[in-house]
Amino acid sequence: MSGPSLMDSLFQRTLEDLIKGLRQQLIGEQAFISKALEEIRKEIKSTDLSTKSTALLKLCYLSNLHFHDMSFAAFHALEVLSSPRFSHKKIAYHAISLSFHDSTPVLLLITNHLRKDLTSTNEFEVSLSLQCLSRIANVDLARDLTPEVFTLLSSNKLYVRKRAVAVVLRVFEKYPDSVRVCFKRLVENLENYDPQILSAVVGVFSELACKDPRSYLPLAPEFYKILVDSKSNWISIKVLKIFAKLAPLEPRLANRVVEPICDLMRKTGAKSLLFECVRTVVTSFSEYESAVRLAVGKIREFMVDEDPNLKYLGLHALSIVASKHLWVVSENKEVVIKSLSDPDPNIKIESLRLVMAMVSEHNVAEISKVLVNYALKSDPLFCNEILGSILSTCSRNVYEIIVDFDWYVSLLGEMSRIPHCQMGEEIENQLVDIGLRVKDVRLELVRVARDLLIDPALLGNSFLHRVLSAAAWVSGEYVEFSRNPLELMEALLQPRTSLLPPSIMAIYIQSAFKVLVFCLHTCFVRGGSTAGVSASASYESFDDLSVENGAGSTVAHGQTCTSAPITNESIVNLLKLVELALSPLLGSHDVEVQERARNLLGFVDLIKLEALNSSGQEENDSEQKGVEATKIIRLVHDAFSKELGPVSLSAQGKVPVPDGLTLNENLGDLETICSDIELPSSNTFSFGYPFEEKDVSSFSNLQIKEDSGQSNESTSLLAEHRKRHGLYYLPSGKSEVISNDYPPANDPALQGDNNDTASDLVKLTAESLVPKRKPNHSKPRPVVVKLDEADEKPVAVKHPESRDDSLSGAVRDILFGSEDILPTSSRSNLPSSNRKGKEKQHMITQVESKENVVGDGNSSSRRRKDHSHGKERRHRKKNAEERNETDRKEKESSSNHPRRQKSRQRAEEPLKVPPQTSVIPDFLL
Amino acid sequence: MIHFVLLISRQGKVRLTKWYSPYSQKERTKVIRELGGVILNRGPKLCNFVDWRGFKVVYKRYASLYFCMCIDQDDNELEVLEIIHHFVEILDRYFGSVCELDLIFNFHKAYYILDELLLAGELQESSKKTVARLIAAQDSLVETAKEQASSISNIIAQATK
Repeated sequence: MSGPSLMDSLFQRTLEDLIKGLRQQLIGEQAFISKALEEIRKEIKSTDLSTKSTALLKLCYLSNLHFHDMSFAAFHALEVLSSPRFSHKKIAYHAISLSFHDSTPVLLLITNHLRKDLTSTNEFEVSLSLQCLSRIANVDLARDLTPEVFTLLSSNKLYVRKRAVAVVLRVFEKYPDSVRVCFKRLVENLENYDPQILSAVVGVFSELACKDPRSYLPLAPEFYKILVDSKSNWISIKVLKIFAKLAPLEPRLANRVVEPICDLMRKTGAKSLLFECVRTVVTSFSEYESAVRLAVGKIREFMVDEDPNLKYLGLHALSIVASKHLWVVSENKEVVIKSLSDPDPNIKIESLRLVMAMVSEHNVAEISKVLVNYALKSDPLFCNEILGSILSTCSRNVYEIIVDFDWYVSLLGEMSRIPHCQMGEEIENQLVDIGLRVKDVRLELVRVARDLLIDPALLGNSFLHRVLSAAAWVSGEYVEFSRNPLELMEALLQPRTSLLPPSIMAIYIQSAFKVLVFCLHTCFVRGGSTAGVSASASYESFDDLSVENGAGSTVAHGQTCTSAPITNESIVNLLKLVELALSPLLGSHDVEVQERARNLLGFVDLIKLEALNSSGQEENDSEQKGVEATKIIRLVHDAFSKELGPVSLSAQGKVPVPDGLTLNENLGDLETICSDIELPSSNTFSFGYPFEEKDVSSFSNLQIKEDSGQSNESTSLLAEHRKRHGLYYLPSGKSEVISNDYPPANDPALQGDNNDTASDLVKLTAESLVPKRKPNHSKPRPVVVKLDEADEKPVAVKHPESRDDSLSGAVRDILFGSEDILPTSSRSNLPSSNRKGKEKQHMITQVESKENVVGDGNSSSRRRKDHSHGKERRHRKKNAEERNETDRKEKESSSNHPRRQKSRQRAEEPLKVPPQTSVIPDFLL
Repeated sequence: MIHFVLLISRQGKVRLTKWYSPYSQKERTKVIRELGGVILNRGPKLCNFVDWRGFKVVYKRYASLYFCMCIDQDDNELEVLEIIHHFVEILDRYFGSVCELDLIFNFHKAYYILDELLLAGELQESSKKTVARLIAAQDSLVETAKEQASSISNIIAQATK
């Protein structure tokens, strides 16, 4: 029985053995560790505490650095904890704070151990248990140990006291009721002169103030004193944090504090404190012009510093200022733009944010252009960062800053061609969104979409698939703007579409359907007279093209890619193309693709016969037979010509549920069934009311402008593809284009070097400074359809945590007096004089009680000082009514006596403030 | 407040972890893997701050070790850099020009020092001298206990009782 124990303790591996063995790795790390764990499991059951504790220590090591589960040792840790030896306790506490969490089952058993150690005479034991408590405290522990912590808060061992102060924060968090017990003592520690304790208390308050600043306003005088008196930078930083939270709540406090903070900013040599001052000013004192100017001066120093840390922080601070004082950014734009090419990605992102802050409706086009060039040259990560911020800035508030939508739409097209672009989803959303909202841009939109669709190379990039789906949808929905529907059809059905994911494939097919219907409609229903509308436009454009293209291209373009008027022959070819491209898809595994392909083919079957007949036979014959087909075409065309409108996100919610309809009944399990079916993205846009019935001919008078270069380029791309993979294309019956090679996509070398673009940007952003020079746009900003309220995203109302509530409630109870538990809002209903009197009374009692406590425990000199302070205060209160505004000057002259100054101001304050406006009781008196 | 402290070697080995906010074992491994990837890949002359999941991670490299601390968004980064430096100086003083091996073999001591320095995610002691004194006092307490325990007679007495 005793044998193994002796052997164990004599020949146990120590921690050092373990580490050495692990480093030598004779048998491999995993094997060694599992062997060691086996040993530990045996050793930890030993009755000898030394053996046990060593095993526990080893286990800690493995758990901590090799992440092995040590929850099995929870009870053993408690056993070691009960050892009288300090060394064992230390190991046990270490293990416990490492491994225990709220659901550890033996947590209940630890309370007594902790209590025993908290009351120990050995300060190190107390410290250990405090440390442990700070880590593992839960509601029960916090509640049960509150009395002990309370006692320690006034311990005369400073070492213990400051640790108790730090732990109080966790106890408050877990068990808000403890505030009632401990808060007063905590506040007393604010007046302590030991910097370590002060630092701990201020640390606690800065954490508390983060959660609910309002409750701590009454303590502002104490914090003010610390701010002015403090010699330690650690403490000053924390106090500044507190004021950053308090100042926005109470303008009088801000008035008082801003000057000392500026002083601190001027005097201090420590960068950390300086930065905290700067940050405090720019976040919470932004309406104090002089303070902001001072801070901005410091920010500039930071930004031009060699140290990347300061540079980053400078930019960061600048971005905080930017929201309120945009001039600051413009003043420093050279630095900002230079940082755009900094080697540090963090700095680049900060400066990008600042550049975007400078964007206005006058310079958005230029800035975006330069940034897109930057994006071309950057690494993928930053490139997408740039694109993302351009997209989000431009789409802000329903494209508020965009005037020229034609430009923006082509920018979107350009952005999606950037090699690293991964913002497909966002671009997709915006393309569709703009299509729905801005009628005037649809022509350009369709052109951009066509250029995207027609480029076979883009299909290979999976990041672009979302963009392509938008392009497909747009060109199907607004096909009446298309110059050449037949070409569009070929693009939609090109062989490489098989690379698309099924959901997008389905959109392609659906768009092809729409285009087909449009073609048929133009050809058969509207007859020869109007059929030439779209085609003639493309004729014209093509003449231009071939002129521009010059002699290089040998084959006459005019014949190739124009559909010419949509003839019966081309329709027949089209139908063949559809059949050829879609019949393989009938066997698709994706329901959506299969179904849509079947729809389209079914439609083709319906009309094919008659279309073929009509082409092959004489006119009068076809007229009879074509009637049926015409009817169908008209019907389907009508269905598609209803326009989709944007629908507000909350529209569904506005539809009242009819009586007697239970929506959820029996549908509960439907969700699980449907969850794995991916819906095509076009489903996110639901059908709204059509704005008006449209006839295609109404668009015929639209001015069609030609962007020749672009369209030529992509046409040649398709042609090239057709040349290479001619097998897969249907013979179009027209001669093929022979054109140059693929043009280089986006050649970074063409874009000029960094410095050029940087200086460009500097020049451009200068324009944002020019006060509202109204540019004369060539055309007025088109109408952007907005929904009444739905474009603002539904704001999720965030409920404050109940725990915080109860915590701050408790704090308020303490500070505002427990008998006075009216909420502040209802307080204002009380007669103001009554309220004031009550508060004042309460203040006095608080002061007195404070004096008592301090007087009990501390030196006599301290007591005297406090007494005189209290007396002074009371005396001043009596005289308060007689004082008037002239005291202000005197006060300013005596600013080197902050305490005096403060007490005087306290007496003055109530006279200046109209009582009915302040809901916050004036504790600054 | 400081949410956790990590020491990672240049090879990505973890040398010390201390968690002041609740993280489960799984989360801990994930955090370390994630941050290790981010921080170790940053070049030498970049700034010492990383934005990470809505927090900030301040790190600094000393020799082959990266000292990382995770703080809230509105905490002071420079202050935390100073705390890190402070910690390193104390380690240096305690071990006598500290190196990675010291921390490997005395991992628990590094913890004890950190515990004196930080409590509940806040700086506890800003004086190097005081920390050194406190650690020394506790060490002597441990030593006396160990001497008693390791005497052969004691072991035999325990074994045979």
